[in-house]
Amino acid sequence: MSNEAVLHGNVGVGHSHDAHADHGHGHHHETFITKYVFSQDHKMIGKQFLITGMVWAILGGLMSVLFRLQLGYPDSSFPWLEDILGKWAKGGHISAEAYYALVTTHGTVLVFFVLTAGLSGTFSNFLIPLQVGARDMASPLMNMLSYWFFFMASVVMLSSLFVETGPFSGGWTAYPPLSALGDASDGSKTGMDLWLVAMALFVVSQLLAGLNYIATILNMRTKGMSMTRLPLTIWALFFTAVLGVLSFPVLFSGFILLIFDRNFGTSFYLSDIFIASVGALPNEGGSAILYQHLFWFLGHPEVYIILLPAMGMASEIISTNARKPIFGYMAMVGSLFAIVVLGFLVWAHHMFVTGLNPFLGSIFVLMTLLIAVPSAIKVFNWLTTLWRGNIRFTPGMLFAIGFVSLFISGGLTGIWLGNSALDIHLHDTYFVIAHFHIVMGVASMFGMFAGVYHWFPKMYGRYMNHTLAYTHFWLTLIGAYLIFWPMHYEGLAGMPRRYYDYGNWESFKQFLELNRFISTVVIIVFCVQLLFLFNFFYSIFKGRKVTTLNPWGSNTLEWTTPIRPGHGNWPGEIPEVHRWAYDYGKDGQDFIPQTTPVGDNESHH
Amino acid sequence: MYMENTVSTERKRIHPHKFTLWVAMGSIVMMFAGLTSAYIVKRNQSNWLEFGLPAVFWYSTAVIIISSVTMHLAVKAFKAKEMARYRKLITLTAGLGLLFAGLQFIGFSALHKNGVQLFGIGSNPSASFLGIITGLHVLHVLGGVVALIVSFARAFRVRTRSYAATPVEVVATYWHFVDILWIYLFIFFNWIG
Repeated sequence: MSNEAVLHGNVGVGHSHDAHADHGHGHHHETFITKYVFSQDHKMIGKQFLITGMVWAILGGLMSVLFRLQLGYPDSSFPWLEDILGKWAKGGHISAEAYYALVTTHGTVLVFFVLTAGLSGTFSNFLIPLQVGARDMASPLMNMLSYWFFFMASVVMLSSLFVETGPFSGGWTAYPPLSALGDASDGSKTGMDLWLVAMALFVVSQLLAGLNYIATILNMRTKGMSMTRLPLTIWALFFTAVLGVLSFPVLFSGFILLIFDRNFGTSFYLSDIFIASVGALPNEGGSAILYQHLFWFLGHPEVYIILLPAMGMASEIISTNARKPIFGYMAMVGSLFAIVVLGFLVWAHHMFVTGLNPFLGSIFVLMTLLIAVPSAIKVFNWLTTLWRGNIRFTPGMLFAIGFVSLFISGGLTGIWLGNSALDIHLHDTYFVIAHFHIVMGVASMFGMFAGVYHWFPKMYGRYMNHTLAYTHFWLTLIGAYLIFWPMHYEGLAGMPRRYYDYGNWESFKQFLELNRFISTVVIIVFCVQLLFLFNFFYSIFKGRKVTTLNPWGSNTLEWTTPIRPGHGNWPGEIPEVHRWAYDYGKDGQDFIPQTTPVGDNESHH
Repeated sequence: MYMENTVSTERKRIHPHKFTLWVAMGSIVMMFAGLTSAYIVKRNQSNWLEFGLPAVFWYSTAVIIISSVTMHLAVKAFKAKEMARYRKLITLTAGLGLLFAGLQFIGFSALHKNGVQLFGIGSNPSASFLGIITGLHVLHVLGGVVALIVSFARAFRVRTRSYAATPVEVVATYWHFVDILWIYLFIFFNWIG
């Protein structure tokens, strides 16, 4: 056994660990395939998740640009659209089918492939072993499989864009009966089959990953790293994994029933259906609402699966760059826990207008509004950490502060939507779009950007360009508000989402100019993201080299590894931890890393 | 800081693989909890076919309980390094697992004979639920059988003889888990659902 078994005290760690014992000593021969493709190194797997997520983010973002073109310029034609989309944009005009396919795929891809796999996949893999002080995950093999299941899911989802009847087009939630009946629409044919296969593979990927994250955090911490000394990133990633492991199986069971309804003639979700081209269907006794319950039992925790990693990283980055201990560490952990528990008890607030029993509705209103309490605790703690801090406005810090800003503005509208009475008016309007894009979509994207800028030196041993980063930040922040702020007004006016053309709808024609404005900003913001991509890939090869071990003056363990850590992370023994991660500005010292033993003359410890 | 007294000794922790299995079992429980809750929700709506379970499910329940006993004895034999006895017992366990799966399918066909259609046009959700939940459980049992076959192959490996009990214990824990899961489902279908 290697020395880590002795260090960890988990004797007999097993074969998977044995196989990696020599990596720590740096004389293991790695081929291109084992290092970059079928790598079992958590750092490489994290980068694989990140770059695959980036590819999806560009595709998903481009889709939103295309359907915003339709919303902003419904009467114009763009001949180049026909060049890239073919029959889906005859005469340079996106067809209704293509519009719905774009909206659906944009949602699925961004929620699952970018903000779940790309965000928590990247940072759980990269940060958990580094920050808890482990050589790798509990099971590096399962970790590798989790990426490759995600990769297969990506390939299947991508291939669904190219089938003759087009990708699934019934919305990212895939409600039956539309999703269950191939005859109901073109997108519900092969496209939906591929969507389900891709999502099933994705669930497998997330379960393999989540099991590993939990086992690693609970079992593989280095000596002295008690749970209450963990950085908040790790707490957040831990709760994210718990949410995923408990909620994805329920989504999976919903999908199984859907597959049987689609392919094996059962009637779980189907009853009394008449299709114009087919006639009456024999299915009887099913309930479409059942699917919504199963879907949103994942769907709501999924929101927190997306958001918690961003919260954790923002906490870490804000504390590091404010040169102050995080305010209310235990309150931060407690509020994460409260969010996890409440996150499981609020799913029906997505279903207020489905004919839900109003009494049940009122319970879900209460639970939903209760989430405001832990959320407000977190916001308060971030602001008090910033308060009178010695703030360094690094790009990572700016994005972390931007995250807090977006979380506040998006969270406040959540209080509106959590009311079942207000929801009667606001349901399915642009108000909802504005709310969840700000609080979940853009905010989590900001968390991801913050993480990438902050940990890029650890990932690649180089810095990203700061001028480009600042440009990226300001244009994205302003752009995000300019895109989604006006949508609140449209939504309050009652403008429904998911419409292809509002042209012959008197009430909402008036918003054409506003829609055009939003679409224009969308195009600009999308181009700004290309700036980020350029910065990212350019800096991998040509960025300014990192010359010190700990460029941000940070306390956590990942900065005690070499600038370019090998597989196994620490060349010698894993360092021992003596204190929590947030001793900034204590006793007149700028920062005290977790590995520094507690001195005799330190103030309270 | 205040976390001084919470430092653990980091010793005598549960093995990561065992721990991972426990989390995975939690995950599987969530899937079946989702399905059985859906069953309850659906049962309280219209058009629900009531039917009794064929007697063969009692036999399959007995078989899987016996297989748990043989699994338990197998682990004991392994720890006592009685490898011949261990190999016999896990073979028996795997055989009982396959028998269980077979009995479940006999149960399905018995239902079919009684005019209860599980899948296809004209099937009632109540029967389809039974088919899907039981079918998924059988898949999990078969996964356990595969794990047993792997342990069996390991027990015959001559070059690297391993007496580490963890892999065997992991398989045994999973086996008892699918056993308990079935008992839950059996009680659910007979008396709760």
